[in-house]
Amino acid sequence: MTYLDHAATTPMLPVALAAMTEQLAQVGNASSLHASGRQARRVAEQSREQLAAALGARPSEVLFTAGGTEGDNLAVKGLYWARRAADDRRRRIVTSPAEHHAVLDSVEWLETHAGAEVTWLPVGPTGRVTPEALADALGDGRDVAVASVMWANNEIGAVSDVAALAAVAHAVGVPLHTDAVQAVGQLPVDFAAGGVDALTLTGHKLGGPVGAGALLLRRDVECTPLLHGGGQERDVRSGTLDVAAIVGLAAAARAAVGDRVERAARVTALRDRLVAGVLAEVPDAQLNGPALDDVVAGGPGRLPGNAHLSFPGAEGDALLMLLDARGIECSTGSACSAGVARPSHVLLATGADPARARSSLRLSLGHTSTGADVDAVLAVIGPVVERARRAGAR
Amino acid sequence: MRVVAAMSGGVDSAVAAALAVEAGHDVTGVHLALSPDRQQLRSGSRGCCSVEDSHDARRVADELGIPFYVWDLADRFREDVVEDFVAEYAAGRTPNPCLRCNEKIKFSAVLDRARALGFDAVVTGHHARLVGGELRRSVDAAKDQSYVLGVLTAEQLAHAVFPLGEMTKERVRELAAERGFAVATKPDSHDICFISDGDTRGFLTRRLGEQPGPVVDAATGATVGRHAGAYGFTIGQRRGLGVTAGDQRPRFVLGIEPVSRTVTIGTAEQAEVSEVVTAAPTWTGPVPGLPFRGQVQVRAHGAPVPCEVTAADGGLRITLGERQRGVAPGQSAVLYAPDALRGDRVLGQAAVSTTA
Repeated sequence: MTYLDHAATTPMLPVALAAMTEQLAQVGNASSLHASGRQARRVAEQSREQLAAALGARPSEVLFTAGGTEGDNLAVKGLYWARRAADDRRRRIVTSPAEHHAVLDSVEWLETHAGAEVTWLPVGPTGRVTPEALADALGDGRDVAVASVMWANNEIGAVSDVAALAAVAHAVGVPLHTDAVQAVGQLPVDFAAGGVDALTLTGHKLGGPVGAGALLLRRDVECTPLLHGGGQERDVRSGTLDVAAIVGLAAAARAAVGDRVERAARVTALRDRLVAGVLAEVPDAQLNGPALDDVVAGGPGRLPGNAHLSFPGAEGDALLMLLDARGIECSTGSACSAGVARPSHVLLATGADPARARSSLRLSLGHTSTGADVDAVLAVIGPVVERARRAGAR
Repeated sequence: MRVVAAMSGGVDSAVAAALAVEAGHDVTGVHLALSPDRQQLRSGSRGCCSVEDSHDARRVADELGIPFYVWDLADRFREDVVEDFVAEYAAGRTPNPCLRCNEKIKFSAVLDRARALGFDAVVTGHHARLVGGELRRSVDAAKDQSYVLGVLTAEQLAHAVFPLGEMTKERVRELAAERGFAVATKPDSHDICFISDGDTRGFLTRRLGEQPGPVVDAATGATVGRHAGAYGFTIGQRRGLGVTAGDQRPRFVLGIEPVSRTVTIGTAEQAEVSEVVTAAPTWTGPVPGLPFRGQVQVRAHGAPVPCEVTAADGGLRITLGERQRGVAPGQSAVLYAPDALRGDRVLGQAAVSTTA
C-alpha cells in the first residue's frame, strides 16, 4: 500500500502510541482530588508543558480540545462573541475563502445567526494571504471582531507569513487567529514569535491521536466558550481531560517538532522528485499552489509534503479511484460528508476554473514516506491519467 | 469480470452487489448522487437519494469489503431526466422518468464511464432476468421491472448484469438478512425520487407555473370547467377532474392539448383505444420481422395485452387485442413475446405518439 494522504491523517509515531497506550491503563479524572486524580493531573500538566515548550507557548496558553474543528470553531466564534460583547461595533470578520471548512462554516454561521459581516481576503494564484491584503481589508480595524488566516493551506500547501499578518492586525487592534493544523511539525511554528492571538493544532496530522488537539490562546485574549461545564481549560473549554490522548498529542508534537528539520528536508526531496516525475510522465499536468522552491519569510513557502496537481481532461475522482485500485491512496482535496466530489473551494478561490479544480489530486507525503512510494506513483500515473481522460471525454 | 455495482442504498442493489461478489467478480460499489442538494435523512417512500441512503449503500459495501465511491451525476440527471420530465408534461405528454433514467443515466452515463475506467459491466438490483442477452420478466410478477428496462439496446444489455431476476423480493430480503445487512428490512421505494413530497402536480406547478385552461366534455362539446394546468392531468384519469357531467356517467381524461391548454374529457367508451401509433422503436435484441403478434404493456405496473405490430411511417402501429383506457402520448409501449416457461421476453419499446 502506498499511503500518500498524510495531510488527511498521518500514522501515529511509535513514541506517541507507546505513551498513550501506557496512560490508557491508568484510572483517574484529572479534576479529582485523590491520589489517582492527582496523578492524572500531573501527567496532563506535564503534557501541557511539553506541548507549550515545543511550540514556543506558555503552558497556560494551551487549551486542550477535541481536535482542529473544535479549535477553529472555538477561536472564530469565541473571539467574535467576546469582542462583539465588549464593543457592539465590532461585527466584521476578516478571513480568506481558502480556509478550511471548520473556519469557513463557522464564519458563515456567525454571518447567518449572529449578525456578523464578512470581508473576504483575496488569496491570489498561490493561495497565500499577503499582509497588504489584510491591511486593506482591516481598514482602521475598529469594526473588526476577529481575523482568521491559516498558517498553511491543507489542499495546496500555501504558507502565509503569519508573523507579518499578526503585526498588521495588531497595528489596528484586531486579534488574529490562525489554523496551523497543517503547519505544526512541518514548518517552524513558534506561538510567541508568530505573534498570533490564537492558534489551532490537532494531533493526528503530526503523529498523535485523532480527537486530541489544542487551541493556543494568549492569556490576554477574551474568548467566549462553546462548551459549558466544569471549566477545566481556563474556563474557556469544559470537559473531562482525555489524559491518554493528551499524552499522545504532546509526545507526538515533541517528536515531530524535534526532528522537523531533517524530516522536512527528506520529505521535500521526495516530494520534489514526485512532482518532477509526474510532470515528466504527464507533461500537461499543472502544479497548483506555490512553486516547489517558493520562499516566504525566509522559510518554505509551501508545505514540504504537499503535491497538488491538476490533470486537464481527467476528473479527480476518476483518478482517485483508479489509483486506489492500484494500491495508491490519495485525495481529491475536498469532499462533502456524502463523498460527492465538488470542485475544490481552495482552487476556485485562487482563480482556477471549475474544470481545473475538478481535475485535481492531492498527494501528501509524511514521516513514513519512502522513495518506493514515489516510484509506485510514477509507475502508474501515465496510464491512469490516460484512462481517466478517456472516461472524462464521454 | 470487473464490474460496477450501482448501489442506491436499498435492499435490492445491496443483494445484487453481494451476489456479484459471491459469484467471484471484482466488484466496485458506486452510489449515484443525482440531486445537488440532497437531504440528510430519508423521508417518505423515496429510497435512494438522501445522504442517509448513500450511507446505507456504503455500509453494505464496507461489509462486502469492496471499494465504494459516490459518482456525482446530478447535472446529467437534471438535464436528461428531470428537465425531460417537465418538458414532456408541458407538451401534454406522460413520461416515465425511471425508464428515462435507465436509458440515459444508469446504462448510458454510468455504463460509459465504467467501461472507460476499465470495467466490463454494470450490476443493478433490477428485478428482471437477463440470460444469454435476452431480457425477460422477473419470476416475481409483482416486482417485475422489465418494463423500465425495455428501452435498453442489445449493446447496453451486453454490459448489464441483473442478479435478482430469478428470485422473489421476499427471497432478496432473506438473502440480505442472512448477510446481516441492515437494509434487509428497509421499505421499498415507489415514488419519483426527485419529487421529495410525492406531489407530482405540486412539483409541476412550481416548475411550470399556473396555466389555466378549459375542460371540454367530448360527449357534449361543452366547456364544463376550468383547470389550473393541463400538466396536472394524465390520459385516462378519472378522479379529481373537478367537473360533473350532466348525464351522471363517469368521465375520463381523453386528451391534453398544450397550446390551447384544453383538457378533453369523455365517457368510458370514448376513453378506450384500440390502436397505438408510436415513434421509432428501440429493440433489446435482433430486430423482429414485421408484422408480428405479441403483447404490449404501456405502464410500469400495467397488465400486458395481446397485440399485432406493423410498421407505420418510421414508427410502429400497434393494434390492441383488447380496448385499453389510459394510453397516453409519451408513455413507452414495451413489447413482449409471451413465454410462460422462461418469462416473457422483452423485444423493445417505442414512445406512444397517437392513439385511436
